[in-house]
Amino acid sequence: MNTTLALDVDRVRADFPILSREVHGKPLVYLDSAASSQKPSQVIQAMSDYLEMHHSNVHRGAHELSVEATDAYEGARERLSRFIGAQDPSEFVFTRGTTESINLVAYSWGAGLEAGDEIVLTVMEHHSNIVPWQLLAERSGVTLKFAGLTPEGRLDVDHVRSLIGPSTRLVGLTHVSNSLGVTNPVTEVARLAHEVGALCLVDGAQAVPHKPVDVGALECDFYAFSAHKMCGPTGIGALWARRELLEAMPPFQGGGEMISEVKLERSKWAAIPHKFEAGTPAIAEAVGFGAAADYLTSVGFEGIVAHEADLTSYALDRLLALDGFELFGPSTDRLGVLSFRYGDIHAHDLATILDRQGVAIRAGHHCNQPLMDYLGVDATARASLYLYTSRGEIDALVDALHVARDLFGGFE
Amino acid sequence: MNDSQAAHGGLDDAELSQLYQEVILDHYRSPRNKRELEETTHTVTMNNPLCGDVIDLLLQVKGGRIADVSFQGKGCSISQASASMMTERLKGQSVDEALALSGTFTRMLHGDPEAAGSTELGDLRALAGVAKFPVRVKCALLAWNCLQELVGPEA
Repeated sequence: MNTTLALDVDRVRADFPILSREVHGKPLVYLDSAASSQKPSQVIQAMSDYLEMHHSNVHRGAHELSVEATDAYEGARERLSRFIGAQDPSEFVFTRGTTESINLVAYSWGAGLEAGDEIVLTVMEHHSNIVPWQLLAERSGVTLKFAGLTPEGRLDVDHVRSLIGPSTRLVGLTHVSNSLGVTNPVTEVARLAHEVGALCLVDGAQAVPHKPVDVGALECDFYAFSAHKMCGPTGIGALWARRELLEAMPPFQGGGEMISEVKLERSKWAAIPHKFEAGTPAIAEAVGFGAAADYLTSVGFEGIVAHEADLTSYALDRLLALDGFELFGPSTDRLGVLSFRYGDIHAHDLATILDRQGVAIRAGHHCNQPLMDYLGVDATARASLYLYTSRGEIDALVDALHVARDLFGGFE
Repeated sequence: MNDSQAAHGGLDDAELSQLYQEVILDHYRSPRNKRELEETTHTVTMNNPLCGDVIDLLLQVKGGRIADVSFQGKGCSISQASASMMTERLKGQSVDEALALSGTFTRMLHGDPEAAGSTELGDLRALAGVAKFPVRVKCALLAWNCLQELVGPEA
């Protein structure tokens, strides 16, 4: 590794004010970034600066502040487009987040589907890439098919291939699993979809925060992601889609911003992307979203990827050495979202005990109930890492697990 | 002792030790009355969707009295121990006595010191420590909510 690209975790941590607080009298050890990441001062400051000095409504350009707000909003769109390798900012639609992005596709593009059409998904999808399609199935009678996993816990691409056929209209899959930490072979799956004339939708919520994403290289048709998992604010995310798709799709919601002309009988839609952005958008959040992309770019993905890979391997070395520790998903070639069981301590009990040591983890089904059913578990604990996670925090997790084991009097 | 006095990595967290008492872990690992039930008159399944705790409560009520009771389910130590301990207490009680107990237990979990001191609760007082962990109160109440659902005033 080129040392000039190495990430200095102490310097990164200094950017995140919340990391210096205590929880239950112990230093916070935040291992729940897959649920929502923390925010650096650069993002907080960008939003605060916008609200203090530049706020107005956008696209109403009759006065200076409106021009500044519009520039800030559209500037964020341009930078975020480049951030995911998109060539054309008009292909980049701001939404409330990954969930709304997928709902937008299911309602708008999905309106063209009918009974007999098929949508292929995977059992490792987050509820946000399952439920919108179930709602579409109820409306239109499309059939949903789910691809399973290999014994190691990766996507079974042969199964995906066997499910794709002449009736397939869309293949939807997550880029990175929020429970198993595996990265799916999106390009390979997108090509399988395209061979039968189907489209490929990718849930990028767990990928964009951790690795450079190039939607062109992925060869997908729709890419959805959220700001709040990549150091940005809640309440905003994006849908990227190819221009011809967005132009052909009907609007998702109606209102201001998304029209070019309104008569009492009917209206004309604005050009993309504004056709899909009805109402006053989340402007300060868009500014924060753009600042988050700038922040990750300034830290550098080479350093982030190397740091997280090193930390994941360190965490797995330490955790897998614990008696009673059971990891879900593969133990190599995975990202640092680690779902596990520990002895006979229920995930919810583990979360409570770890919280008292200042260690924040997730417990439950992680919005992955079908995957939990598939794995035959009712809940798992999940520790997830990010660019600001340190080796010392992994040690604190291991120490806290020892405390849990002692409290439970060891395992049978 | 308060939290800030607790040393790192130790077990000197009184509230945590109070929560995970031996009697609770014993009921979690060796649940009582977790079985099928003959001649079930009342049954309900309730869950906590956020944490995945599930309890099926089965009652055999004869002449206003709980002649037998059992449960099935899965979940955290608090939800399962609470269900196990509840079934031990309910067997042989009248429905009215069971509901009165349920009311006292619920008040204890909401931090009512008078309820927590009630001798009526007996072993169930081991669960008093849950009151210090607000997010876990619903775990401890799940089985009792099943009871209310089956024979409570709105059943």
